[in-house]
Amino acid sequence: MNPEAPPTAGTHRIHLSVNGRSHDAVVAPRRTLLHLLREDLHLTGTKEGCSVGTCGACTVLVDGKAMLSCMLLAVQAHGRSVETVEGVAQQEEADPLLAAFIAHDAFQCGFCTPGQIMALRGLFRQRPKASAEEIRRAVEGNVCRCGAHLRVQAAALEVAGRVGAGKSG
Amino acid sequence: MPRIIKQKIEFEGRVEEREVVIEGDDLPIWTADEPFTVVGTPVTRVDGQERVSGAARYTVDLYPPGMLHGAVLRSPHAHARVVRLDTAKAERFPGVRAVLSHLNAPKIRWYNGASWLFDPELRYVGDEIAAVFADDAEAARDALDLIEIDYEVLPHVIDAEAAIRPGAVLVHPSGNILDGAPERYERGNVAQALDRADATVDLTVHTPDQLHHSMETHGSLVEWSGDRLTIWDSTQHIFGVRRQLAGALKIPMDTVRVVSPFMGGGFGSKNGAGKYTVIAALAARLAGRPARLFYTRIEESEAAGKRPRSIQKIRLGARRDGTLTAIDYWGLSNVGAYRAVTTPLSGPAKELYACPNVRTDTASVFTHTGPAAAFRAPGYVEATVALECAVEALADQLGLDPVEVRVRNHADEDQVQRRPYSSKFLREAYRLGARSIGWERRRPTPAGPTLDGTKRRGIGMAGQLWGGAGSPPAYAEIRLNVDGTAEIRIGTQDIGTGAKTALTQIAAEVLSLPVGRVRLILGDTDLPYSPLSAGSQTIASCGPAVRMAADEVRRHLLDAAASVLEAAPNDIRLQAGELHVAGVPDRKISISELTGRMGNFTIAGRGFRGANPSDVTIRTWGAQFAEVEVDTETGEVTVLKIAACHDVGRVINPLQFESQIQGGVIQGLGFALSEDHATDPETGTVLDVGFDGYAVPRVSMIPEIESLAVNIPDPVANNLGVKGVGEPPIIPTAAAIANAVANALGVRITDLPITPMKVLRALGRVG
Repeated sequence: MNPEAPPTAGTHRIHLSVNGRSHDAVVAPRRTLLHLLREDLHLTGTKEGCSVGTCGACTVLVDGKAMLSCMLLAVQAHGRSVETVEGVAQQEEADPLLAAFIAHDAFQCGFCTPGQIMALRGLFRQRPKASAEEIRRAVEGNVCRCGAHLRVQAAALEVAGRVGAGKSG
Repeated sequence: MPRIIKQKIEFEGRVEEREVVIEGDDLPIWTADEPFTVVGTPVTRVDGQERVSGAARYTVDLYPPGMLHGAVLRSPHAHARVVRLDTAKAERFPGVRAVLSHLNAPKIRWYNGASWLFDPELRYVGDEIAAVFADDAEAARDALDLIEIDYEVLPHVIDAEAAIRPGAVLVHPSGNILDGAPERYERGNVAQALDRADATVDLTVHTPDQLHHSMETHGSLVEWSGDRLTIWDSTQHIFGVRRQLAGALKIPMDTVRVVSPFMGGGFGSKNGAGKYTVIAALAARLAGRPARLFYTRIEESEAAGKRPRSIQKIRLGARRDGTLTAIDYWGLSNVGAYRAVTTPLSGPAKELYACPNVRTDTASVFTHTGPAAAFRAPGYVEATVALECAVEALADQLGLDPVEVRVRNHADEDQVQRRPYSSKFLREAYRLGARSIGWERRRPTPAGPTLDGTKRRGIGMAGQLWGGAGSPPAYAEIRLNVDGTAEIRIGTQDIGTGAKTALTQIAAEVLSLPVGRVRLILGDTDLPYSPLSAGSQTIASCGPAVRMAADEVRRHLLDAAASVLEAAPNDIRLQAGELHVAGVPDRKISISELTGRMGNFTIAGRGFRGANPSDVTIRTWGAQFAEVEVDTETGEVTVLKIAACHDVGRVINPLQFESQIQGGVIQGLGFALSEDHATDPETGTVLDVGFDGYAVPRVSMIPEIESLAVNIPDPVANNLGVKGVGEPPIIPTAAAIANAVANALGVRITDLPITPMKVLRALGRVG
């Protein structure tokens, strides 16, 4: 993918920020943001569970809001800021959400986990001290076949409780 | 001294006898009061950071340069013959590099000889016809539409009862009953006992098809390098895939390597190679490029396997005091178009309760629907619904407490194989579960349907048995690095259970090393052999091998330290990563100092899984208690709490034990209330494609779940005293919920899933 070359007929040149880094890409109109992230930018943390917006595995943040990347065309992400689970993990300080997931064993096979984490990230952006009900609603679109639901909620509740309480352990 | 023994191996409700090599003597079993500091503690997952950060690479995450994407053309008909197939236009489509079908693919036998890789006779909606491989996924899908095909549509049969009637359409020439005839078992005289019974209960039970819907769909990535084949696979069985691919392609096994370090769920549906693996291998060989073939979510609904739908009839005979005198059980399992093994429906009736007169008559029946596959405790989930609903109905009928009726009918020994159980703490499970749910709050079941327009609560329970003993063969190697860290090498799988962590804990305990200094490598057939991760057997099969390998390393450490510290090996103590002379704490050397003097991997150990005892039956046991609230106006069932108590021997990691319990309970919950895989009887078309049509449990449905472990090590099972926990927790959940609903409503619904419409119908609110 050479951003300098003129786009071939039917493709579009887009520019977006992913996890704080600028990217230029040339994409076919039908290409989804999910496939751009996974295949072109090699960010495979975001998963494809159903391709049609029914499972939440592909959740990313677009301009801070949790969205299903399989339901967005790459061209729709032009000029936007996208955050994926890799961005959360890259932070200098260990993210309390990731630590809470590990402490609470909030995953089993782990395939739905990035989507759960990004859905919660989007929630905590808006509502750092989200209630149990808000947490439930934020992840109700995330399918988990292994059954980690209760532990995901416990991890999120812990983070909601800790945020704003100063730095602790 | 290696010897070959005949080992009875119990796996997923079936017993097979196999020859197994036992290399030597096993270690003495860990006693119940070993002072462990790592085993038995809630260590967080050793691969947790990889999974939560998105760094873990699953098979579907691999995109090697030049990779081809595959797509499969599937039958739109339940039963048809392909009379004309023309792939020329697809082959010419830009980007297409290979098209495979019965026209050009080798004739590879499939489904235990019942069919071929590409069979011109199609037997279910979704059956594979052809596969296209292209430079990108879109081209592959677009090219599928260009395949020209004419079908001769044939009559089909969808319903199991219809399939066994004389004159039914045949799915296979040899008939519609798997293995030719129903399986029958009888002990005692059931007819006579029923005749003489004080009380009888008759139930007809229907359970649905249940789809696995693993989050990572089925698929493989295959690459050739000369004559060597590497397969990355989302699988529970790397060595099985290796063997099957070598057989299918007629190549030596040592040219095949299968790799699966992370996989996104299987639940029994990924116990072996899929057609997609062989098809990708053929395409990769044809095109000279790596080839990947992954199911879409729709294909997961059609062609990825299912727990087969059942119809069951059960009749119980009992004395007035609740003692069972007769169990008469009949069951049909609708296994779809292809299945190699029967569904073990008869297990619970034969074994869960003490009863001298038991008769079972079960059959697995072929129909023109998607092939069944193992799904977490095959047969036992379905059959426990029938048995446990009948026993609780009996208790209600006699005005007896349902827990007391279970206790009264406790089977002290294995009545089928006529020998003792190695351990059985079912009564403890009843007691702990009853206490957790508050069983004393349960009100007697109303005599008839209660229709008062409000919410009604009920409490019910169910017990379970299952295998989970594990077996040989399984092997592990451990070696120490120069810096004193340890590396465990074992060709097993972690399918989400946390086996990787539990096995690491075992080695860390024996080596007296912190978990953080022990690294386990798995998921590669270049590593020592292990069995598949299914049948609740991974810890029970692999753990003892890891312990033995660690024990050998430990002995080498003691010997080496003895030499350095100028003492006898018997006088060396290993504690907290240090070796010292007993009674002389200052005369010491750390593991890393010791290994620092040697070359890499100088200290190494190897372990094997020993034989199972041949004179006892090893089983897992459990009981679950459910409290529900039913809205008698809308029919909605809300589960308030499940108390799950399981006897699985020694628990290596209580954090993961709980996760397994929650996972099983949640799948059982879906089976009870919301999951139903619907096939249109007219056309055989799957109606519930994907997650929008098939209702896996979501967050809002999930109750409070209390997970309790009896946690008494088994005295003879393997050298650890562990039994498996993967499957037990799914077995009694649906039955407990159905019983709770019956207790609430005064009417029993035995057609699962218990949807609001069925509740309203049972209450007489709708016609």
